[in-house]
Amino acid sequence: MIQIDLTDQPIDVAAALQTVESDGAGAINTFIGTVRNQSTGRPVVRLEYEAYDSMALHQLRKVAEQAVQQWPMLQQVTVIHRKGTLYIGDVAVVVAVSTPHRAESFAACQYIIDTLKQVVTIWKKEFYQDGDVWVAAHP
Amino acid sequence: MNLKIALFGIAREIVGQSSLEVSAPEGQSVQGLLEGLREQYPALGRLSSLAVAVNNEYAPDDVALSERDEIALIPPVSGG
Repeated sequence: MIQIDLTDQPIDVAAALQTVESDGAGAINTFIGTVRNQSTGRPVVRLEYEAYDSMALHQLRKVAEQAVQQWPMLQQVTVIHRKGTLYIGDVAVVVAVSTPHRAESFAACQYIIDTLKQVVTIWKKEFYQDGDVWVAAHP
Repeated sequence: MNLKIALFGIAREIVGQSSLEVSAPEGQSVQGLLEGLREQYPALGRLSSLAVAVNNEYAPDDVALSERDEIALIPPVSGG
């Protein structure tokens, strides 16, 4: 019911969506995070994602479990995060959930991506033509 | 006791290596560890936040560390 993955291979979005198909679900909601070509107006060339794998997987599962506690009607939850070097347009993260009705699917999907960004031990470095920055590292 | 600390992201770059061994008094707290590391590596003190993870969980400041723990320094996360 909960599937979590952290991978250095490209994420197969269609396959991820299939994992949340459920006969009891009238709604599948997906969030796909992709690499944008600029950050605060500065052109981005590529991103590098680094993870503390064991903790990231543990925390991802906890976030998914919290979502299931909050929305017990969740049928399936899949969260896949990429690591390594990503270029513009690459998929960095996929969150997919299925529920009987649509309202809970939106809420649970948003809860999972928002919480993931706050607690999961993954770090992103943005590379520009003329430098690089660890995102969110400094105030 | 000797504590082995795993380092990631900007914390790894500030220290210049991916793990660090520090000697600490028995029962060293998370807060005590952080204070020592910030003193030794002032750039760690300029981060937006700096947490300690013990055995894959975020550890509150008053947790006592042990040599058997898997300890990591967690700079501000930025996944997604």
